[in-house]
Amino acid sequence: MIECKIKIQLEGFILDAKFTIPDKGITVVFGPSGSGKTTLLRAIAGLERSDVGFLKVGDSIWQSDHNFVPTHKRQIGYVFQDAALFEHLNVEGNLNYVVRRKAKLTKDFIDSIYTLLDIKPLINRSTIQLSGGEKQRVAIARALLTKPKILLLDEPLSALDLKRKNEILPYLDNLHSQLEIPILYVTHSQDETSRLADHLILIEDGKIIGNGPINEMLTRFDLPLSHSGDAISIFDARVISRDTDFNLMHLEFKGGQFIVPDNKLTIGSLVRIRVAARDVSITKKKQVDTSILNIFPAVVEEMVPEGDAQVMVRLTLKGVVLLACLTKKSAISLKLNKGSSVFVQVKSVAILS
Amino acid sequence: MLSDLDIAAITVTIKLAFMSTAILIVIGTPLAWWLSQTKFKFKVIFEAIIALPLILPPTVLGFYLLITLGSNSPLGALLESYGGSSIAFSFSGLVIGSVIYSLPFVVQPLQNSFSAVKRQSLEVASTLGASQLDRFFTVAVPLARSGFVTAAVLGFAHTVGEFGVVLMIGGNIPGETGVLSIAIYDHVEAMNYAQAHLLAGGLLLTSFVMLIFVYLFNRHFSILRYKN
Repeated sequence: MIECKIKIQLEGFILDAKFTIPDKGITVVFGPSGSGKTTLLRAIAGLERSDVGFLKVGDSIWQSDHNFVPTHKRQIGYVFQDAALFEHLNVEGNLNYVVRRKAKLTKDFIDSIYTLLDIKPLINRSTIQLSGGEKQRVAIARALLTKPKILLLDEPLSALDLKRKNEILPYLDNLHSQLEIPILYVTHSQDETSRLADHLILIEDGKIIGNGPINEMLTRFDLPLSHSGDAISIFDARVISRDTDFNLMHLEFKGGQFIVPDNKLTIGSLVRIRVAARDVSITKKKQVDTSILNIFPAVVEEMVPEGDAQVMVRLTLKGVVLLACLTKKSAISLKLNKGSSVFVQVKSVAILS
Repeated sequence: MLSDLDIAAITVTIKLAFMSTAILIVIGTPLAWWLSQTKFKFKVIFEAIIALPLILPPTVLGFYLLITLGSNSPLGALLESYGGSSIAFSFSGLVIGSVIYSLPFVVQPLQNSFSAVKRQSLEVASTLGASQLDRFFTVAVPLARSGFVTAAVLGFAHTVGEFGVVLMIGGNIPGETGVLSIAIYDHVEAMNYAQAHLLAGGLLLTSFVMLIFVYLFNRHFSILRYKN
């Protein structure tokens, strides 16, 4: 458990954040530019000083009333937006900067970090010979060598073009699945958020407006993400079988089974599924003569108008929450109400990670 | 050929330049670092004081140093009671004078290159567990290395070339405070142009070579940094 209370005066507004987050998985800090995300991360690292504040990570207290632990004594890994490798050192020198300062790093540990981020081919290069994505890999490896209690990533992909982003995302997936430490990931990208976040902190003008598990944050109507026009729901699922006749695979999640085109994932692997609210339609009776494969029984939980012509519906499928965006006309003709039992038809599904 | 006096002058000059440069780097580095990092409102006052030797006639500086360090001044008397002899008209006096006179030539290039070190580089080092002093020596100094080369060469060359301050507080004592620039002046005064040529030409050549070295070094690093 990470407990944090921070209050910092910034130009134009006050960053006033109080939250707790789980000590496992990726917590994404999401918000528009200039909302205080980076300052929040810097405060956790001790790079910004909060006059009144409290910060506890695991069993270490880094800030309390009379106590401010300086950055170099906090066990943190911090990855800056543009990697910030030392220009006067090559890749190996950058990594050894940490190794020299940490007495008890075993070779096995160092090798495991190098493998995780595929550092070996880069080790003798000068930092100016690296692409943006390679720089970030080295920066992440350098941060992890400190054996941090928390890994802080400040928009690590924002300086990269799409190709480089796609190069590094698999490495971030690896961090997600293999690291035991909590990761705090700052971004303003919805794509990165839906792919990586287990937990989401929503921040706006220095205030935390929401903090909770990713799908709850995406689907709550009192929060902005469910009204953003490209509203989505996210579930975790597992590949359970494949249909070789039609090149399909079956994914099991809490609410049932998805049938999707086979993308060669091994049976048993965990995947994350993203469903856009626009791709979900609702019927009162289960359709039989339809091309749609993914149909689930569901219950309407809440409805809100979305613009003049549409309505956003939150449904539950055996406890899993899903958003559907319909026209008002359809909602009225289907006589949808809170508590209505319906069937949802999911037209398309994106598999993340 | 070089006379014994000329050789003594060269020896004194080189010794003086090395000592002054070493002291200047030791004093100038923390001073330049402080100036590059501080948000202190009145730091311009310090910058102006350090820059004064650039515009003051050396004789003015030499005159005040003579008064400050002479046996009649409280500071001069104090130093004399510790050192056993007068600071004015001694090699130690020359070193003090040179350090003050060459200070801007060392502090300014250092301050410029320290200012160019990104704050983020130091922050990265702190997140990697480096203490403040550690960060300074392993990040700031290496990133500012071209500033150190420029500062050392300018400080050295400028000390070798000084005349006015040395004449005022050194007094041209052979083997003690008699330096090259004064030796050249003496040769010219004595219409001894051949000897003057030898010393002046040697100094010209040495200075030229040193500056070539500085430019090569700095170019080498800027090329390294911006390659690709």
